[in-house]
Amino acid sequence: MLGHLDPVMLSRIQFAFIIAFHILFPSFTIGLGSWLAVLQWRRLRTANSAYGDVYHMWVKIFAVTFGMGVVSGVVMSFQFGTNWALFSDRAGNILGPMLGYEVLTAFFLEASFLGVMLFGENRVGRKTYFASNIIVAAGTLLSAFWILAANSFMQTPQGFRIAKDGRLFPVDWKQIIFNPSFPYRFFHMVTAAYLTTAFAVGGVGAWYLLRGRHIKQARIMLGMAMIMAIFVAPLQLFIGDSHGRNTLKYQPEKVAAMEGLWKTQRGAPSIIFGWPDQKDEVTKYAIEIPKLSSLILTHDPEGLVRGLDEWPRGDHPPVPLVFFAFRAMVGLGSLMILTGLTALVLFFRKRLFDTRWFQRWCVLMSPAGFLAVLCGWCVTETGRQPWVVYNILRTEQAVSPVNGATVALSFCAFVLTYAVVFGAGVHFIMKLIGKGPGAREKTYGSRGLDQPVLITDPASEKD
Amino acid sequence: MSQIPLVWYCLLFIALCLYVFLDGFDLGIGILFPFAPSEESRDLMMNSIAPFWDGNETWLVLSGGGLLAAFPLAYAILMPAFYMPVILMLLGLIFRGVAFEFRFKATRSRRIWDYAFHFGSVLAAFMQGMILGTYVLGVHVVGRSYAGGPFDWISAYSLMTGMALIFGYALLGSTWLVMKTEGATQSWGRKCASYVLAYVAFFLAIVSISMPLMEPRIKQLWFTSPNIFYLLPLPLASLGLILGIWRQLCRGAETSPFFMSLGVFLLGYIGWAISFWPWLVPFAVTFRQAAAAPSSQAFLLVGTLVVLPLILVYVSYCYYVFRGKVSQGGYY
Repeated sequence: MLGHLDPVMLSRIQFAFIIAFHILFPSFTIGLGSWLAVLQWRRLRTANSAYGDVYHMWVKIFAVTFGMGVVSGVVMSFQFGTNWALFSDRAGNILGPMLGYEVLTAFFLEASFLGVMLFGENRVGRKTYFASNIIVAAGTLLSAFWILAANSFMQTPQGFRIAKDGRLFPVDWKQIIFNPSFPYRFFHMVTAAYLTTAFAVGGVGAWYLLRGRHIKQARIMLGMAMIMAIFVAPLQLFIGDSHGRNTLKYQPEKVAAMEGLWKTQRGAPSIIFGWPDQKDEVTKYAIEIPKLSSLILTHDPEGLVRGLDEWPRGDHPPVPLVFFAFRAMVGLGSLMILTGLTALVLFFRKRLFDTRWFQRWCVLMSPAGFLAVLCGWCVTETGRQPWVVYNILRTEQAVSPVNGATVALSFCAFVLTYAVVFGAGVHFIMKLIGKGPGAREKTYGSRGLDQPVLITDPASEKD
Repeated sequence: MSQIPLVWYCLLFIALCLYVFLDGFDLGIGILFPFAPSEESRDLMMNSIAPFWDGNETWLVLSGGGLLAAFPLAYAILMPAFYMPVILMLLGLIFRGVAFEFRFKATRSRRIWDYAFHFGSVLAAFMQGMILGTYVLGVHVVGRSYAGGPFDWISAYSLMTGMALIFGYALLGSTWLVMKTEGATQSWGRKCASYVLAYVAFFLAIVSISMPLMEPRIKQLWFTSPNIFYLLPLPLASLGLILGIWRQLCRGAETSPFFMSLGVFLLGYIGWAISFWPWLVPFAVTFRQAAAAPSSQAFLLVGTLVVLPLILVYVSYCYYVFRGKVSQGGYY
């Protein structure tokens, strides 16, 4: 019975599960890393001790998130081999060095200076400590640079040649790294990470204000978050639109799937909502705005938009998934912009920090960034199917010589482990949020110490 | 013939060696964890490695990533061959990794994370040892793919090497404690180290004797003249070091046992590498056959030669920041 399990589908599910879980942590740590550096800078420049309280609260959350990001990331680095061995063999020449650079330039930097950041505040000078903040933030961005270059290569490959045995060989590294979709994807993702953090932090701040707790610190959280919502959320709309037009140029069938457009046509309508039917190749119950799709995508109401019928059926991505995930992402993005606009209005009325319905709304919006990131990745990754390297290597040809039952087993093990471990992680983060900033809690051990018992400093500890 | 593959072979050798050294001692702490004499000791043990474990584990990511980058064929064969043990190792590493943060934040569930830390470490070490043992036995390859079954990694031999590595890491962990702690924890570490040392010597002897007996190619390499004269110093030095550790432990030395234990690992590791030279997938694919395209290897090498020394500098700096003895926030 177990012999019928399809290793390709199971490996895809396992990979999707693991990477979807993993991306939540970097999305948060990329934003938090930079924000913590900003907080530290404010703390050094102003006499306001509230910045220090906020910093110390979030650096602990950063530590937990980072720990989960590390362990789920180590899994990622082995998945390419355990489940996608043929992909590793075929594309290893190109993807290997990029991932190698990620480890060398980013992972070591982050891991080493994170230790200083978490445990070294009293062991190094203030400048060195601030430097380690900046180094960790830079490390998260470098990591994003390399991994998105690698992913973008799989979307819009260039600068290589294919050998007789099907393996890819690099020809021009500049072209490989700075492939057509890379700059768009990089800025789109980094901005998304910043927004994710902003809304999570803003939600926590709003929750404290609702409860009337930690007012001074909560204002910093909500205020800084809303600055991001006001300025960066609209920017993301612009970046996302540019990214979409780039995709139209290089991966038109992905855009057709996003739009639910089956037939090539001039003056294509934009489908606001509907039910894409993969079998009948039609989007049912469609509510559409005439000519809008052509207008958005080609900037001409009569522009020609290619539908999925231009590609053979076997090359269609799973349309409903792409279609719905895209709408969810855009919807969440619009809500973020709306939140920013509301904040702006409230700010000018001097009501930003005491409007209760707005605080409730911000609490509701705190997971918005995470959801949007997941939806966005779902669009771009399932939209690339059935290819793993676009138009070069099919996903079904990339899988390892492992049997379905083995993959099913490992998948179950991952699901169980992740449920326990990351469930606990979320629980501890909630606990830290519950305690709030400035709490002198016994973090390290139950022995009344507010920092880890590390190495005795003869100057400060004479007993 | 381009020498870049050889350079990469050496670099990966160094990366894996550093992983075994560094994560070795912190996995060893996890292995010894529940046997510690007191809760204070456990706090100390954990804190002595908390700033480092994450960086230490990065060497594993570098070894895996480096193998993919420099020798994609070996990566594509070995990873499916070790599918289950690799996944189990990863699960072990997940549990022990999160325990660092969770343990200190937990109140009621603290015990759970103590055990997550311990069993995660034991599982990771055991699986790494089993992978090593399976590697020694050889991997079944047809064409460019792994062709064996999903359970080929389970054998009496790999179970033995799995146990061996648990004791090996425990030696590193206990001597690390001798170096970084004092008082009750230190004397307990010393006691552990001397017990564990006997097991390490025992397993090292079994592995050294069995490898040439099982594989004629290895036997020929080690036991023909003049090789035997060049290679004889290796086992002799290992023996010397083990006796040395014993002596140093008895004398009450603090730092030398740890570094001498690293020496034992280094010698064993060199012996292992010599036995399998020039195979990367044992007796199927050499490192030259597995090499990535020259331009790929060269591209990453340029960066590596610049960045790796830098990494070594700042990793050392981080160890320097947290130098000295770990203490309970009390006396010096």
